[in-house]
Amino acid sequence: MLSIKDLTATIADKQILKGINLEVKAGEVHAIMGPNGSGKSTLAKVLAGAPHIQEAKGEVLFEGKPLLDMAPEDRALAGVFMAFQYPVEVPGVNNASFLRMAYNARLKAAGKEEVDPLEFDELLIEKSKIVEIPEHFLDRAVNHGFSGGEKKRNEILQMAVLDPKLALLDETDSGLDVDALRIVAGGINRLRSKDKAIILVTHYQRILDYIQPDFVHILFDGRIIKSGDKSLALEVEEQGFENIKAG
Amino acid sequence: MSKEKTVTIDEIVNREYKYGFKTDIKPGMTIKGLSEDTIRFISAHKEEPEWMLEFRLKAFRHWQTMKEPEWANVHYPPIDFQEVIYYSEPELEKKKLQSMDEVDPELKRTFDKLGISLVEQKKLANVAVDAIFDSVSVATTFKEKLKEAGVIFCSFSEAVKEYPELIKKYMGTVVPYTDNYYAALNSAVFTDGSFVYIPKNTRCPMELSSYFRINTENSGQFERTLIICEDNSHVSYLEGCTAPKFDTNQLHAAIVELVAMESSEIKYSTVQNWYAGDKETGKGGIYNFVTKRGKCQGAYSKISWTQIETGSAITWKYPSCILLGDHSVGEFYSVALTVGYQQADTGTKMIHVGKNTRSRIISKGISAGKSSNSYRGLVQIGKNAENARNFTQCDSLLIGDTCGAHTFPYIDVQNSSAQLEHEATTSTISDDQLFYFLSRGIGSEDAMTTIINGFCKSVFKELPMEFAVEATQLLGLKLEGTVG
Repeated sequence: MLSIKDLTATIADKQILKGINLEVKAGEVHAIMGPNGSGKSTLAKVLAGAPHIQEAKGEVLFEGKPLLDMAPEDRALAGVFMAFQYPVEVPGVNNASFLRMAYNARLKAAGKEEVDPLEFDELLIEKSKIVEIPEHFLDRAVNHGFSGGEKKRNEILQMAVLDPKLALLDETDSGLDVDALRIVAGGINRLRSKDKAIILVTHYQRILDYIQPDFVHILFDGRIIKSGDKSLALEVEEQGFENIKAG
Repeated sequence: MSKEKTVTIDEIVNREYKYGFKTDIKPGMTIKGLSEDTIRFISAHKEEPEWMLEFRLKAFRHWQTMKEPEWANVHYPPIDFQEVIYYSEPELEKKKLQSMDEVDPELKRTFDKLGISLVEQKKLANVAVDAIFDSVSVATTFKEKLKEAGVIFCSFSEAVKEYPELIKKYMGTVVPYTDNYYAALNSAVFTDGSFVYIPKNTRCPMELSSYFRINTENSGQFERTLIICEDNSHVSYLEGCTAPKFDTNQLHAAIVELVAMESSEIKYSTVQNWYAGDKETGKGGIYNFVTKRGKCQGAYSKISWTQIETGSAITWKYPSCILLGDHSVGEFYSVALTVGYQQADTGTKMIHVGKNTRSRIISKGISAGKSSNSYRGLVQIGKNAENARNFTQCDSLLIGDTCGAHTFPYIDVQNSSAQLEHEATTSTISDDQLFYFLSRGIGSEDAMTTIINGFCKSVFKELPMEFAVEATQLLGLKLEGTVG
């Protein structure tokens, strides 16, 4: 589904990614772990097409198409989704309307009929159960005045509604208390399927207790220095990133 | 392999002015330069009574003693008042129009192009329109239907002839000609405008609307609007404005006076989209210097101003309320969008005189490009205004890093029982916000429009239904750019 070869990226004249290679197949969950500043979040952002990325080079194929040549909205329409580490507040824009806009943009791109608010409401209420979001939550402005945990849940709700092929979860677990983590992870698990892939960017092993990854990659100074199965995450937990690098 | 960023915020805010076309109607007659002769000509040409000429001349003599105000936060070269065309009427059949069918087809097409139908029952079926082209009102629709309800809706010139008592009684009582420089100028040379009279216990059966169009280069538009709402009555009125693209700046100096009697309500909405001038220099745009004021004369009366200001090179206007009657209410809802080199200095004055008077100010300023957007407002609580209350909210949204937003709130309280609240915020549309939309598959133009509409929501909901959609589209249009 996703094939990354020699990916480098520069932000503010500083090279952050120094040659990433990664293969992700449908049905797989990959966890990317690494210390602060290792380039984990940058990787997710480069794939989603975030601004402020000065230059991204390398070959990134998403279902055979060169992802880096696509505009961010086209990547989204093709089925790439990023759950933001810091979801953006949009005052005055209704959460449900925002989701419907995004949902309809996808339908339109696929040459399908757009849905009206009533039809969409049914779908939305159904999906909001996945992350245990109460209905009044949908009537508020997008992320405006949401708590940290609510914002993260809202990201997963968007993921549920937009049903992406490839989900990039950028530190979705950070800032969540135990209960919120359980809810968010439960939501993500319910969205796992054999034709979809997830790349999970995280500092901590904690979320991997809930979401079992197929692969774990350790990112250090812009490169993947070690890959393995979920036991690698436990190693990190015990030894720390520095020891893994040294070892 | 690195891709180009799809579209920048800058590109989105640069767009073409949709109403910049010029109608090929030759002005039948134009009068350039300002003197007593000009004023005598206008008055004679309009076959005005003597008292009206006297009013104009008094205003003119007073204007000559005044100085152009310089306190506003706007900058422009001095205006040469002798270069302005003070009267320009479209060349039409001399005979009086008997019905809409006789309106010049070219004029009709112009208004059609602007989305204003002069053919009754077409398009906005529940809106009566007074169309003003340069200096002359060319058509007023639904007059007969309104008459049945007792409502008078006609051009100001017609009102001077048909309803002289009402004009004499109210004209200049809210905005006297001595009020300010541009009010004095308007009082001297005003050419047309709209007049509305709602009798007692009447709810005006439809939305009333005036549409102003400047077509002749160098011509000033000086219109006057007077709306009187008697006891227990209600009216909702909307004005819209556009102008073609010119190379020289055009002057628009209007006066609007509202009088609300006991328990009556006037809702006045403006969608202003005058040509803003060249994107790089502001050249050719409209100088919009307008005095709008309403008087809540009776107890429990209410005046509500809603304005969507998107055009003009310079906007200088402060729709205000004088809250005389006890328990009267004044409201001001404003969205001012400036792009390119536009400058706006706009806001309101709420003058609390009566007891238990209340006012509410919601101002949303959006600046992009190299524009400057200022809110200037005064809340004044008089000595006898027991229990007066005001709530002010002033929000600024900045797009890009070359524009400016300023707020100048003035508060003057003379009664200790007053309660005032003032809230202000400044925010930006960041690339992060835009990216959030893009990453969900929503295109940049839809994203910008949605973010801005969200910001303006509390003002848009005050617009009459028919125009809320128009205003939303207008803002979208203003921000429309070529993608790629």
